[in-house]
Amino acid sequence: MILTKAQYDEIAQCLVSVPPTRQSLRKLKQRFPSQSQATLLSIFSQEYQKHIKRTHAKHHTSEAIESYYQRYLNGVGRNGAAPVLLELANEVDYAPSLMARIILERFLQEHEETPPSKSVINSMLRDPSQIPDGVLANQVYQCIVNDCCYGPLVDCIKHAIGHEHEVLLRDMLLEKNLSFLDEDQLRAKGYDKTPDFILQVPVAVEGHIIHWIESKASFGDECSHQAYLHDQFWSYWNRFGPGLVIYWYGFIQELDCNRERGILLKACFPTDIVTLCHSVA
Amino acid sequence: MAAVLESLLREEVSVAAAVRWIARSAQSSEDDPGEAAALSSLRPLRKEFVPFLLNFLREQSSRVLPQGPPTPAKAPGSSAALPGRPGGPPRGGRGARSQLFPPTESSSAAAAEAPSARRGGRRRGPGPGRERGGRGPGGLEEGVGGESQLWPGGRRSRGSGSPGSPSLVRSDPPNLSNLEEFPPVGSVPPGPAGTKPSRRINPTPVSEERSLSKPKTCFTSPPINCVPSSQPSVPDTSPWGHGLPPGCRSLQEEREMLRKERSKQLQQSPSTTCATSELGPPLPSWTGNLTAESADPARVSSRQRLELIALVYSSCIAENLVPNLFLELFFVLQLLTARRMVATKDGDLEPSPGAPDSLESPLFQSVHDCVFFAVQVLEHQFQVLSYLDKGTLKLLAENERLLCFSPALQGRLRAAYEGSVAKVSLAMPPSAQAVSFQPETDNRANFSSDRAFHTFKKQRDVFFEVLREWEDRHEEPGWDFEKGLGSRIRAMMGQLSAACSHSHFVRLFQKQLLQMCQSPGGTGGTVLGEAPDVLSMLGADKLGRLRRLQERLVAPQSSGGPCPPPTFPGCQGFFRDFILSASSFQFNQHLMDSLSLKIRELNSLALPQPEPSDEDGESDVDWQGERRQFAMVLLSLRLLAKFLGFVAFLPYRGPEPPPTRELQDSILALRSQVPPALDVRALLQQGLRARRAVLTVPWLVEFLSLADHIVPLLDYYRSIFTVLLHLHRSLVLSKESEGEMCFLNKLLLLAVLGWLFQIPTVPEDLFFLEEGQLDALEVDTVASELGLDGMPVVDQHLLYTCCPYIGELRKLLASWVSGSSGRSGGFVRKITPTTTTGLGAQPPRTSQGLQAQLAQAFFHNQPPSLRRTVEFVAERIGSNCVKHIKATLVADLVRQAESLLQEQLVTQGQDGGDPAQLLEILCSQLCPHGAQALTQGREFCQKKSPGAVRALLPEETPAAVLSSAENIAVGLATEKACTWLSANITALIRREVKAAVSRTLRAQGPEAAARGERRGCSRACEHHAPLPSHLISEIKDVLSLAVGPRDPEEGVSPDHLEQLLGQLGQTLQCRQFLCPPAEQHLAKCSVDLASLLVADHIPVLGPPSPRGLERGQARRLLHVLLSLWKDDFQVPVPLQLLLSPRNVGLLADTRPREWDLLLFLLRELVEKGLMGRTEIEDCLGSLRDAQWPKDFSEELATLFHLFLAEPHRPEPQLRACELVQTNRGTVLAQS
Repeated sequence: MILTKAQYDEIAQCLVSVPPTRQSLRKLKQRFPSQSQATLLSIFSQEYQKHIKRTHAKHHTSEAIESYYQRYLNGVGRNGAAPVLLELANEVDYAPSLMARIILERFLQEHEETPPSKSVINSMLRDPSQIPDGVLANQVYQCIVNDCCYGPLVDCIKHAIGHEHEVLLRDMLLEKNLSFLDEDQLRAKGYDKTPDFILQVPVAVEGHIIHWIESKASFGDECSHQAYLHDQFWSYWNRFGPGLVIYWYGFIQELDCNRERGILLKACFPTDIVTLCHSVA
Repeated sequence: MAAVLESLLREEVSVAAAVRWIARSAQSSEDDPGEAAALSSLRPLRKEFVPFLLNFLREQSSRVLPQGPPTPAKAPGSSAALPGRPGGPPRGGRGARSQLFPPTESSSAAAAEAPSARRGGRRRGPGPGRERGGRGPGGLEEGVGGESQLWPGGRRSRGSGSPGSPSLVRSDPPNLSNLEEFPPVGSVPPGPAGTKPSRRINPTPVSEERSLSKPKTCFTSPPINCVPSSQPSVPDTSPWGHGLPPGCRSLQEEREMLRKERSKQLQQSPSTTCATSELGPPLPSWTGNLTAESADPARVSSRQRLELIALVYSSCIAENLVPNLFLELFFVLQLLTARRMVATKDGDLEPSPGAPDSLESPLFQSVHDCVFFAVQVLEHQFQVLSYLDKGTLKLLAENERLLCFSPALQGRLRAAYEGSVAKVSLAMPPSAQAVSFQPETDNRANFSSDRAFHTFKKQRDVFFEVLREWEDRHEEPGWDFEKGLGSRIRAMMGQLSAACSHSHFVRLFQKQLLQMCQSPGGTGGTVLGEAPDVLSMLGADKLGRLRRLQERLVAPQSSGGPCPPPTFPGCQGFFRDFILSASSFQFNQHLMDSLSLKIRELNSLALPQPEPSDEDGESDVDWQGERRQFAMVLLSLRLLAKFLGFVAFLPYRGPEPPPTRELQDSILALRSQVPPALDVRALLQQGLRARRAVLTVPWLVEFLSLADHIVPLLDYYRSIFTVLLHLHRSLVLSKESEGEMCFLNKLLLLAVLGWLFQIPTVPEDLFFLEEGQLDALEVDTVASELGLDGMPVVDQHLLYTCCPYIGELRKLLASWVSGSSGRSGGFVRKITPTTTTGLGAQPPRTSQGLQAQLAQAFFHNQPPSLRRTVEFVAERIGSNCVKHIKATLVADLVRQAESLLQEQLVTQGQDGGDPAQLLEILCSQLCPHGAQALTQGREFCQKKSPGAVRALLPEETPAAVLSSAENIAVGLATEKACTWLSANITALIRREVKAAVSRTLRAQGPEAAARGERRGCSRACEHHAPLPSHLISEIKDVLSLAVGPRDPEEGVSPDHLEQLLGQLGQTLQCRQFLCPPAEQHLAKCSVDLASLLVADHIPVLGPPSPRGLERGQARRLLHVLLSLWKDDFQVPVPLQLLLSPRNVGLLADTRPREWDLLLFLLRELVEKGLMGRTEIEDCLGSLRDAQWPKDFSEELATLFHLFLAEPHRPEPQLRACELVQTNRGTVLAQS
């Protein structure tokens, strides 16, 4: 699903200030029926993350935290079974899981002698049963299962998607009989930067030499692509030469501008692969 | 000096004698006593003869070549001639290049004063000042700027006698006292015979310049590129800037066009490119004014005199008495292609019939004279010409003037052209490649700390980021390296704190440098000669034409005249600027160390040995390889040496030489204490002794070309220059005898040395003044060895690659053809040979004892390819052997270590004690086994080497030779492997065991339990199960619906739930896509789902709504879950969460509360062995501690009792439980 910048902008435009709930996703799918759901979800998620990054700081001032906490206390005081925390998050335009974290942290500060460590909080978010307050546990759980952009479950889904596509890619490479070294093997050899796969014998894809392949189970938008270029793709180029990036959920067409330089983008496993022929002579 | 010429002209002295006289200070027995007498009286002047002759010729030609390559500021060539000119005593000695050969103050007075090295026979004209002013302290401009224009004076002069020619008639020896009467040559003379220029030519900007500056002894030839009113190829960096005639400005546009052209070239159709390049903008002023006059042999005036001087001049060239062979050839070609004679200022160019043979009349009175003279000289230089590239030969052979004046020479040139294979062609520059990451040198084990490792990781990326940005932007107008990248580079260098990091970075830097810049154009990486082969395979002549067109477009128009200053073209500029911007002392030091080491290594590389059977085809094939390897090594060395010179002399480099003698002396005193960065003198001497000058001298020249002004005055370097001068003189091209250096080898050395002598920082008088010491410096070569010098290692390709300025000759000729000077014809080829890889196998350092000597002797009489093969095999097998030992013996030991460690952990409990201690124990047990490595290594080499040798040598190799070669390969490989193994095996085992220990200990950590043994999917599995991510996502949706908030119409259908659990089962059975974290989350979600089922919290879709699931359905689903937990999950399922207060609390909301499903679930858990009774009891117990509504607490307590009341219930009780289910709510009542 390769989108032009204009197509992408149209979608992104519809995502401004939309809460990350399953209802929002449903509406988005109705609005763009021709796009694949996975692509839409990926774009939604990325846009939402950008939004959160921009506004993150204002939700973390001590005044904001205090006011959220008071509103939470008042809310559950009135009705502990109502979705207090979730509604609070939606109302102030912040991710429910992250709001849950703020309130949980604040709650623990109040009830524990020592300030809670990050790992304790993470563990409680993963398993709210550990939260000493039953009402808060339910509220947190509700936030987490209703958040489709943040939270331990979403993180796990993303991780699983990434892993699955690496496996898919590996299968395709095996099927094509292309021998490769995977990330683990590379790491064992002490490589400092490791793409998903390094081809032991380079191939040409659409006329471009490829030494390595990186699988990205997300949509390649400008922001993430720039970050990947800087942190990963150029680093791979610097060590292994030109390579291929597969954005399984598509990318913005205009970003595929470094082909000559040695970074090729595709939205699927390439079909036009030329391998080195061993001459008989 | 003029006296000498006079006596020659008067035929008092033979040319041969004169040249002998000039070349050697002592008189030879061949000399006629009369001649000797004549010349000996002139002895004090001997040294000054050649400079005089050269200047004389330049001066004489000044009126003929006005439109020739223009003379930028430097050599103001007013016609105030040389000899009589009252030059003030020179000051600083080394100044402008223009004054390379200071006018020897003509005859008398000046002559008497023997020029001393740094006295100043010359003074600085305004030119040099300006020119230097243009340069920054870094000293070297990119491209052609700066000192490249040293060649301005435009005309040069010289003459000579040749030993070969016997014109001897003599009369009285010249009278010394007459000397003073010799009138200045240039001032008077009558106009050219028979040429009445129909039009006067207004003084060109050049001549104006010349009239401004005093010293007129421009020795150098003007660069062809900056033709007044035409397009000079001087780039915008030209120090003259405003001084350029307007026409020169268009050069920038032209370059701009060229750049665009280059970028487009791949897509562009050949016809278009052709049109733009060849027909391009017309050259109006030029062709308008200066159509070439036709030259006619019949109209030559004073033939005899010209012949004689041509002979003397040619002889001086042949004897290497002139500093730069190619400069003289360039000058001669300028004469050949002179367009027309310019009138002198007074306008009287009448021939003076009265004194045809004296120096008083101008030597060149017409274009006819010039052409005649040029052709005469060319005839003498035929041998050199015949070694030029094919293109130049073609242009020469096609030159109509040459044909007209000497059909014989033309015929020889044509024959040479036809026989020539010396095509110098341009390979397409591939885009830059990064230095690849090599675990052996780049992984963590090579760094002192994690931090250093990660810092370097970042630095590598920053370095390439900077490089990419430079590639993208350095041609943009207004972009500045320092402004654009300086701070980033310095920030990066700032992080290189540890010395070890510096050496890593320097290695990266140096490798990248070699990879990108080996060719002069600086982009190359293509193997020499590869591209043309591809084309010829395609067999299309049109392709060849297309290619040539392309070359014209992409090749720069000029390399900056026949003697450009050292520059950093192409990518080299990046590396230079990087060094400058980094301005890091540590970096520079490490870089120098590394460059020096690499230079030493390459310089001593074993290169081809004499080939006994030179004739047959096989050795021809080999020679291509040898040549290629030699070229690669040579080009690498030159590049490295250039950068070494740049960095080493960087602190001392300045735009100007020290202004006063006192200052200079104090600087000398300081500098003479500083040891050289690399002992180049020793390397030079070694090189000469081993007859490897052809390898050593070219890189040494690159190194010296970047020296600062003081360097040539330091004793150490001065002695080097002396040796080089001596070498230069000894490279007489016409001498071809056994043991002599090959012709092209000589030509390469002459070219690079000639170039060096013209470098601005080399004192201009050095060349002519050192001769006194020459004889003292005989280098004793090892006569028995032929050495590289005697091998035909240099071909035209390499010659032109190293000395692109030789291509100026072709440009000059081409511009004649096209009728415009310096334009379309000028393609200086860029040759991009060489790849960086594989500079050949290191010679084994093994030579011990008689066996080694025998091996050496064995190779001596075998083709060099045999030796290379054996060395290569030995090197590879030796290395493979080590790898094999690592993979087998060491890996076994590591496995033993792991099992020993396991035992240890079992006996000593979980943490097993201090890791360091553990390691010691293990190593002491295992390291002794390392001794086996040597035995195994020997076996490996023994087994593997012979086959490899056999596969690589020709089938026809005699059996005895083959078996010797195999044995030697085995020996060398074994030695290599065993040397390494015996030194390193213990450390290697230690390192690997240490890694294994920490791995094992980590594996004991808290997460270890989560891993455990994992099953894969079944053989028949086709991996079509739903993806884990999809399932988590689906289950999450169900959970979120169940937890709410939800819209009234939202819900889950029971079928969907069943389907979901079915899919979960499939996914858990096909493990293809499942990773542990995903499985853990699935497990947890399934528990959450079970809790929601138990509490009847799943909103069901469909009409009979608000009710939840039917109990039966719920029970079925719980059954499915139970079996998934039992059979399919491979990670621990957090079943205790079923009894967490939160999940049990869900029941509190339901009315009426229905406990039967929970009870059912608990019993099933026990039944299936998923949870123990006591475990459940504990959970239930702790539930009671939580705060509940009173009624709920009571019901919970009842459940607890109920569960406890039925201990160890076997099968039948299950049914009882189901009975209970039939009437809901009665269970509790029964209890």
